[in-house]
Amino acid sequence: MTVKMSARHVSAYYGDLRALDDVSIDIDTQHVTALIGPSGCGKSTLLRLLNRMNDAVPGARVEGSIELDGQDIHARDMDVVELRARVGMVFQKPNPFPKSIYDNVAYGPRIHGLARGRGELDAVVETSLRRAGLWDEVKDRLDDRGTALSGGQQQRLCIARALAVDPEVILMDEPCSALDPIATARIEELIGALRGRYAIAIVTHNMQQAARVSQRTAFFYAGRLVEYGDTSDIFTNPRATSTKDYITGRYG
Amino acid sequence: MIALACLAFLVATIAVDGVTGFVRTTVALPVDLTHLPVDARTLTGRSANLALTGAGLERSVDAAATRAFGSDGPTLLGDGAWLTVRDAVRRHPDLLARPFVIHVPVTSAIDIAYKHGTGSGPVLARMQQLKPALDSEFDRDFFTSSDATDPTRAGIWGALKGSLLTIAVTLLLATPIGVAAAVYLEEFARPSRWTGLIEVSINNLAAVPSIIFGLLGLALFLGTLGMPRSAPLVGGLTLALMTLPVIVITARGAIRQVPPSLREAAMGVGASPVQLVFHHVLPLAAPGILTGAIIGGARALGETAPLLLIGMRAFIAAAPDGLTRPATALPVQIFLWSDQVDGGFVENTSAAIIVLLLLLLVLNGGAVYWRARAERRS
Ligand SMILES: Nc1ncnc2c1ncn2[C@@H]1O[C@H](COP(=O)(O)OP(=O)(O)OP(=O)(O)O)[C@@H](O)[C@H]1O
Ligand SMILES: [Mg+2]
Repeated sequence: MTVKMSARHVSAYYGDLRALDDVSIDIDTQHVTALIGPSGCGKSTLLRLLNRMNDAVPGARVEGSIELDGQDIHARDMDVVELRARVGMVFQKPNPFPKSIYDNVAYGPRIHGLARGRGELDAVVETSLRRAGLWDEVKDRLDDRGTALSGGQQQRLCIARALAVDPEVILMDEPCSALDPIATARIEELIGALRGRYAIAIVTHNMQQAARVSQRTAFFYAGRLVEYGDTSDIFTNPRATSTKDYITGRYG
Repeated sequence: MIALACLAFLVATIAVDGVTGFVRTTVALPVDLTHLPVDARTLTGRSANLALTGAGLERSVDAAATRAFGSDGPTLLGDGAWLTVRDAVRRHPDLLARPFVIHVPVTSAIDIAYKHGTGSGPVLARMQQLKPALDSEFDRDFFTSSDATDPTRAGIWGALKGSLLTIAVTLLLATPIGVAAAVYLEEFARPSRWTGLIEVSINNLAAVPSIIFGLLGLALFLGTLGMPRSAPLVGGLTLALMTLPVIVITARGAIRQVPPSLREAAMGVGASPVQLVFHHVLPLAAPGILTGAIIGGARALGETAPLLLIGMRAFIAAAPDGLTRPATALPVQIFLWSDQVDGGFVENTSAAIIVLLLLLLVLNGGAVYWRARAERRS
């Protein structure tokens, strides 16, 4: 088991507000790490720090160190563009580009020069859509607009888009919150299938989902990492009372 | 509602006054040019006009008028009457061989007396005598000729071309610079006292009276840079200064409308800030930016004051054939004509206003159409 990303003593601020307080956590390859905790506890913030998405937020600051394969992602010689290509992200609300389905998936490979020629690009698009479990539904309508798909299809399109740049880590922020149970089940299935190739971190408010898809679970409370360990341990035998209260639905 | 009623009233009055401006009164004039010392076979190319003029065509036409209408005949015809004859002869040189009857424009006073029944007693009486020979025709020359001292000969082509050249310069300069400034302010500039200052200045500039921009253009382009007076280039530059803030403000608004989720999507797959702007932000903001440019252009098109200051108000009887040639603009032409004593210019003024309004209508309609089309696509 290898550590893909590791955060050490990370604190994050929005202006004067401290959203994360001294968090240290590892994201392992071939594992799904679930981030759980009540609303506003800093889960999204942690996720956004991992691919420096918060760089663009005015007033946001970060302390501590975050490493990808032992390399500091805030180092001077770290290219943010390359970092984001290696650490892909899927957002809570499906956000396909207002372009064709094909162009949505092909965009990443195009800007990173990952495919030579149309044939290779076609292949990348097909593989990505297959991995995202969307190929059979859209293979005859690749020129339709991505925004014309159903919500669940859009979310899988966004996953395909993230996969197309061949990332090493995939960050998912409540990817199923806008989806119905059937679409949710498909995405969960998909996460299970993707696990073998990638390091995955997923934020979820659904305890059953965390239990079903993840091997690691991290419980956050008010910006602090309260408990982090194997999912089976956390759910059967939580050490902290706040963890226990949260996963049994006492609050949150 | 009230605004709509006012607009309807305005359009109605202008239309009633102006429509007759597109029509001119002609009189049937029997002409005999058989004695004119010109060889029909040599009437080709550029020298033809010269040959006809040199042979005394104008005098022949006056003589024909005297013969047809009496001793005051020549004064009943418009200044351009003999030019109508000349053009007809150039098109059909065989007219030199036999007497013929041709419709030529009448003088402005008769024209108005015939159209509206107004004028001094003698003019009205003379018009009544001529009436059987009078006729109305669509005034094509109004669109193809430039300013003239005789209202029956004055046209808007010179002013229209001057306006189009000026607006072209304005938009070609103001749009790219304005969009670039908006992109910089929205996407790249870190908020600071400096950008705050820029922002306030831009907002204030948009509210500065246009004549101030005329002064600025006068001092900067004519004074300091020594550019030629009355030129569409200078007019365009001056109006660009005026239009720039409008375009920056609308472009910033359009850029801000781009949903944050799309920015994150692009950043999430590793788009650089420049790629984000060119691949996602600008295409999505394009309809808004375009609307802003068209509205800014329309405002500049209707602008008079700054152009007066940089000298685009001279009497210019030829259409400008270059960006640095003397020119005037449509609204300025309207202003100049409205100042004329001759009643014939009233019609010209209204007709020119109709053309200007139609132009603005087309531009604004274009903006609406683009907007709707872009919204349907996304
Ligand atoms: N862009 C921002 N600007 C200012 N404060 C922010 C911003 N984003 C988040 N915060 C604050 O940081 C804290 C943590 O927010 P975060 O989005 O990480 O919570 P979360 O755990 O993802 O919550 P949820 O489960 O509701 O998504 C909150 O108090 C929030 O108000
Ligand atoms: Mg969140």
